[in-house]
Amino acid sequence: MSNRPELLAPPEIFYDDSEARKYTSSSRIIDIQARLSERALELLALPVDGIPRLLLDIGCGSGLSGETLTENGHQWIGLDLSQSMLNIALEREVEGDLLLGDMGQGLALRPGIIDGAISISAVQWLCNADKSSHEPRLRLKAFFGSLYRCLARGARAVFQVYPENIAQRELILRSAMHAGFAGGVVMDYPHSTKSRKEYLVLTCGPPSISTAVPRGKGEDGESCSEDESSEENQMVCISNRNRPQKKQKISRKGKGREWIFKKKEQLRRKGNTVPPDTRYTGRKRKARF
Amino acid sequence: MRLFTHNMLSSNIKGVANGFPLRIEVDQVVEKQVDFNPDFLKNMFPKLEWKALVDAARTMGYTELPEEADSSMLESEDFLRKLHHALLELHLEEGALVCPETGRKFPVNKGIPNMLLHEDEV
Repeated sequence: MSNRPELLAPPEIFYDDSEARKYTSSSRIIDIQARLSERALELLALPVDGIPRLLLDIGCGSGLSGETLTENGHQWIGLDLSQSMLNIALEREVEGDLLLGDMGQGLALRPGIIDGAISISAVQWLCNADKSSHEPRLRLKAFFGSLYRCLARGARAVFQVYPENIAQRELILRSAMHAGFAGGVVMDYPHSTKSRKEYLVLTCGPPSISTAVPRGKGEDGESCSEDESSEENQMVCISNRNRPQKKQKISRKGKGREWIFKKKEQLRRKGNTVPPDTRYTGRKRKARF
Repeated sequence: MRLFTHNMLSSNIKGVANGFPLRIEVDQVVEKQVDFNPDFLKNMFPKLEWKALVDAARTMGYTELPEEADSSMLESEDFLRKLHHALLELHLEEGALVCPETGRKFPVNKGIPNMLLHEDEV
């Protein structure tokens, strides 16, 4: 079975109440999300002067990534398509403001006001057409176009993405470049299948020294051994986490004569007409039958 | 939703040239205490649309903000306190945002504005 949630259902349907709760009660996912958003914030390279910035969290979900932003003292606005996820965010009393919206419809924000944008494991959802009116290319264009407008000049946007294949990665990058962004992909731990993480680092404005793409972690063969044991199976994947259902126990020999007598007795007590118990009851048929 | 988010939001319905500012329809307002941070306010001030903020604060029932403001007023602690209260402590809990051009309503439930567009508005 595929463990890519994008392939199962549209986001507003996939992240329903139970899935949203599962997502936010798993300590493993919380841990991964916190680490991803910390790295994204690091790549955002905001000036270190202690002044809180206004950041945008696209696909904020239940506010796990926003929490990291709050911890670092920033104000943020979160956007998500799933009402259930936002309800959980309300329950968790996140600091940022939440919006219910679809990034593929463009961001409803004034131009030039946001100091930086992050998005954790969300942009690849745009590559799917969930409705007949959806056209991934146009939705990506609307998203990156409106993002470019609302970012301040020189501001950065960092998206952690799980593209499904090379074509998707190209599609996302090309749409970003068309919108006017400079930048590229930073890959952390490129030689490890499990802990490999891709970040799209985009800068608003013309190419310059500040738009140079930072280096990924563990690029030149240095191992990703820092807490490697806990890094196992890091992909935030949602597979079916329900308990496997119990299979009915049927022994190889079948239910047996005693069981049949018991059942017949029960039915007789209920007053049903039941054939009498004879020596033929519950006997195995001959093979030629 | 706080007023500082309202100050950033604009309607992005197809064909709308100036979707800012969204008019506020108030059903319920709540106030929440937030830590006072003058640095953030000073950083945010140049980005604010002052008139929209004053109007929005009035509809929410807060009339302390002055009609005009410029960056020299940021030195005054009293002004910063008022700005802080209007920007970060007033929450629109229930109500609606109305697009100034088309009159389309974006409902606000539990403090979350629903900015989803219909298919013909994209």
